[in-house]
Amino acid sequence: MLAELVKDISRWIVPLMLLLIPVMAFLRRVKVYEAFVDGAQQGFTTAIKIIPYLVAMLVAISVFRASGAMEVLSQFLGPVVKPLGIPPEVLPLAFMRPLSGSGAVGLATELIKVHGPDSFIGRLASTMQGSADTTFYVLTVYFGSVGIKRYRYAPAVGLIADISAFLASVWIVHQVFSLPLQ
Amino acid sequence: MINAIWLGLMVIGIIVAALTGRLDAVTKAAFDGAQLAVEVALGLIGVMTLWLGIMKLAEAAGLVQALAGLLRPLTRLLFPSIPRDHPALGAIILNISANILGLSNAATPMGLAAMQELQKLNRGDKEEASEAMCTFLALNTACLTLVPTTIIGIRINAGSASPTEIVGTTIFATAVGMTVAVVVDRISRGLYRRRFPWR
Repeated sequence: MLAELVKDISRWIVPLMLLLIPVMAFLRRVKVYEAFVDGAQQGFTTAIKIIPYLVAMLVAISVFRASGAMEVLSQFLGPVVKPLGIPPEVLPLAFMRPLSGSGAVGLATELIKVHGPDSFIGRLASTMQGSADTTFYVLTVYFGSVGIKRYRYAPAVGLIADISAFLASVWIVHQVFSLPLQ
Repeated sequence: MINAIWLGLMVIGIIVAALTGRLDAVTKAAFDGAQLAVEVALGLIGVMTLWLGIMKLAEAAGLVQALAGLLRPLTRLLFPSIPRDHPALGAIILNISANILGLSNAATPMGLAAMQELQKLNRGDKEEASEAMCTFLALNTACLTLVPTTIIGIRINAGSASPTEIVGTTIFATAVGMTVAVVVDRISRGLYRRRFPWR
């Protein structure tokens, strides 16, 4: 029910904003067309400004992905995490999630197809995919757009949150779909 | 830290590739990555331009400021350094709302509009993230999600008996992630101030 409600809101919200904001602005005597164009001017320069940051980050991530380092890491960590109730199969997805959005979607789709959407791994992969963002993409694009080069502790906070969301996914999927912890 | 991560990804990637005989794949990946970055950035131009224009209208009409006022208790707690009724707060609220609703096309442009406002308030080094920016990014990288639309679609395609059964578990996991992000951000801010009191 909640899902339906949110879906409805999601469908209405953009058209409503495109209707209400210009109308409200007009009622407050804003020259709507001129103000829109004025604000929109920055769209192009902002997007262009991101390019060097995004090239740096995506090249490093692509190299890392193509090298097979994630598979090696997953193989090493598999036996370590298994006693914690974490199936080793989902480790590559856990590593991919903060690095690459399209890569993570690919891995999640494969896990769901191979193990079945209603299997434990399928449900866990679904929850993991839905419960984290592509941390490095967000950091790169947001900071890049205003020329920030030193990120302070932001990457650490993002990664700790990602790990927490991953562990929370494992725990809650065990609880809700009532499979005993090994 | 971002320097170490960037170098680490590159060095580990190339060493592992050399050991596993994947140097050709890595060479191709490097060029593909650069190409993809430009495509992603150029792909943002259209939606960016549209939403920045709409945001300007909302700001001129006083709507962004009104929104900021509405959620003042919450934003004061999270962003004590932003003056009340500053447009940055309105843009932040719009971005977080778009994220929670899963409107990724609208969330990024609004987020970048918020970053521009935050950069105006950044009184220190303009190349270094401010405290408010770090908090904003923490909220963004670990944001509450109500409906994970992409994954529901994938589950439908895979023939799931109940594609939406993972909505509850996702809300729980994202709520944990967001809470941890806010708490760790606050702790890090304190530690950072103690280590670099002059900043």
